[in-house]
Amino acid sequence: MAAKTTNQKAWFFIIPVIALVAFNALIPLMTVVNYSVQETFGNNVFFWEGVKWFEQVLHSPRFHDSLMRQFAFTFTILAIEIPLGVAIALSMPRQGPWVSVCLVLMALPLLIPWNVVGAMWNIFALPDIGFLGRVINGMGIDYNFTQQPIAAWFTTILMDVWHWTSLVVLLAYAGLRSIPDAYYQAAKIDGAKPWAVFRHIQLPKLKRVLTIAVLLRFMDSFMIYTEPFVLTGGGPGNTTTFLSIDLVKIALGQFDLGPAAAMSLIYFLIVLLLSWVFYTLMMKNEDQ
Amino acid sequence: MSKITLKDLRHSYMDSPAEDADWALKKMSVEWSDGGAYALLGPSGCGKTTLLNIISGLLTPSEGSVWFGDEDVTHVPPDMRNIAQVFQFPVVYDTMSVYDNLAFPLRNRGVPEAEVDKKVREIATMIDLDSMLNKRASGLTADGKQKISLGRGLVRSDVNVIMFDEPLTVIDPHLKWELRSKLKELHQKVGSTMIYVTHDQTEALTFADQVVVMHDGTVVQIGTPIELFERPQHTFVGHFIGSPGMNVLPCQLDNGKPIFAGQVIQTEGSVSAPTGEKSLELGVRPEFVSFADEGIPVDVVKVSDAGRYSVVETRHGDAPIRLLVREGESVPADGVHLRLDPAHTQVYADGWIVS
Repeated sequence: MAAKTTNQKAWFFIIPVIALVAFNALIPLMTVVNYSVQETFGNNVFFWEGVKWFEQVLHSPRFHDSLMRQFAFTFTILAIEIPLGVAIALSMPRQGPWVSVCLVLMALPLLIPWNVVGAMWNIFALPDIGFLGRVINGMGIDYNFTQQPIAAWFTTILMDVWHWTSLVVLLAYAGLRSIPDAYYQAAKIDGAKPWAVFRHIQLPKLKRVLTIAVLLRFMDSFMIYTEPFVLTGGGPGNTTTFLSIDLVKIALGQFDLGPAAAMSLIYFLIVLLLSWVFYTLMMKNEDQ
Repeated sequence: MSKITLKDLRHSYMDSPAEDADWALKKMSVEWSDGGAYALLGPSGCGKTTLLNIISGLLTPSEGSVWFGDEDVTHVPPDMRNIAQVFQFPVVYDTMSVYDNLAFPLRNRGVPEAEVDKKVREIATMIDLDSMLNKRASGLTADGKQKISLGRGLVRSDVNVIMFDEPLTVIDPHLKWELRSKLKELHQKVGSTMIYVTHDQTEALTFADQVVVMHDGTVVQIGTPIELFERPQHTFVGHFIGSPGMNVLPCQLDNGKPIFAGQVIQTEGSVSAPTGEKSLELGVRPEFVSFADEGIPVDVVKVSDAGRYSVVETRHGDAPIRLLVREGESVPADGVHLRLDPAHTQVYADGWIVS
């Protein structure tokens, strides 16, 4: 082996990247860290508080409640959107003019801005003037998402499923299309029934895209803010106050910057940790 | 086990084929006898895979019928046809073990587990996979995966015909020989009909008893490797098989005798079919051309060494003639004449043999 040539000039080439990351991630993050260990009353006067805010947040029942709501929401929409998305992708045509029609229809919800989605569903589901609200009440079910927690949850989940299942569909459809025809032909010759084809060919080949889909949907839904904020404002009461809504209430509503910063960091670590766990679990047994 | 008959088969991928060129397969009737080792040889895009998929049932022909023995199977789906197919790229069920892969076709057909086990172990020994039965199939090398695909066909005792669609494409060169001789050995052991699609003449000629040569959607010749070499029915067969391919020289006909370079050329037999306005050609393989004191005057253009022999390229007017010269023989420089061996010189009209 020849000795490695050392050339320190290479460092200059990564300066732009470092600067970019510093300005869009490191510096803002460090500001939050700064707030999370100090108390301030404005005028740039800070008092050192150590880990007090972290302890306060971790022991606060309010944080526990919104964290539980967040988990419940995220796992519910994952449990609905992933199977539903795969099912829709499976039933979409593989070729012909209908392919583009289906793809465009599927992409439509993804093109709508989040606050518009919230506003749309708010009006759509209003019990007195909204179409959905009128229909459900017309069926004899008492439904008012502005007052009943269950109705509020139902509407929020339905809205998220409507908005984001398409993403899973598009990913799964791309995954399905990449399976070579020979697999289906071999399965036909081997006498495999449709379920066996799904279980032994389609699902294993979808594994990678589904991992991406689960990760994206997990992270996005865990950080959801705009849509439920516009739809329910976190209510009735606190029943749909998810983590980010709660965070904004603390930071901007109450102007408790210290606890809010501590909560942000804890929130960030939870998302990071869970993403890692998901990824590791789903990629286990790969390349053995 | 039964023979396979294709009757008046024709296929097009278009909805309403109009011209001749719209047909991927032109009208053909072919018989494949039971237990034969066939190779389907032709350049890419000549319709080999189409023909194979019609036999396996993955495609339904536009016209004509497919018979297995006395049964018309034209509209029978592949899983009911008792066929097996090995594809160009290895198809294995990634999440299953090698054992489960081999058992898959049997389990799908509801075979009792005791019998599945016996059969899987028997076949695994036959294709040298018995030591890796518990491994995950996705961890195997390309040749191992291709063996699994083959094994899934072999485990079924009811298989009429095993079809191979260029199965060695992704295999390393040094393993190709090994797998090919393995196939040959399996064919003798199992005795089912095998059809092997390839564009590689070496693969076809070493594997098959009968080679079916296809060109442009047509079967141009079916014969043993020796027949294809010695009496090509079409100039395409002459070109495609042999290295270098057959010399094809334009000629005229005078009193039923072909004339080339102003000389009467002696050929094998006489020109039989009426030739009319068709373009006439002489075909002779480089192996059957030799230097002579008199005959066709040519200029030597190039000599390339190919090991045990040299390929000599000569030219008479515009017509290139190649011949093989054994190692050690000298190539004359001036006043070169060539002699064509009459026993191996044929006359072709519009590509098809007429002598």
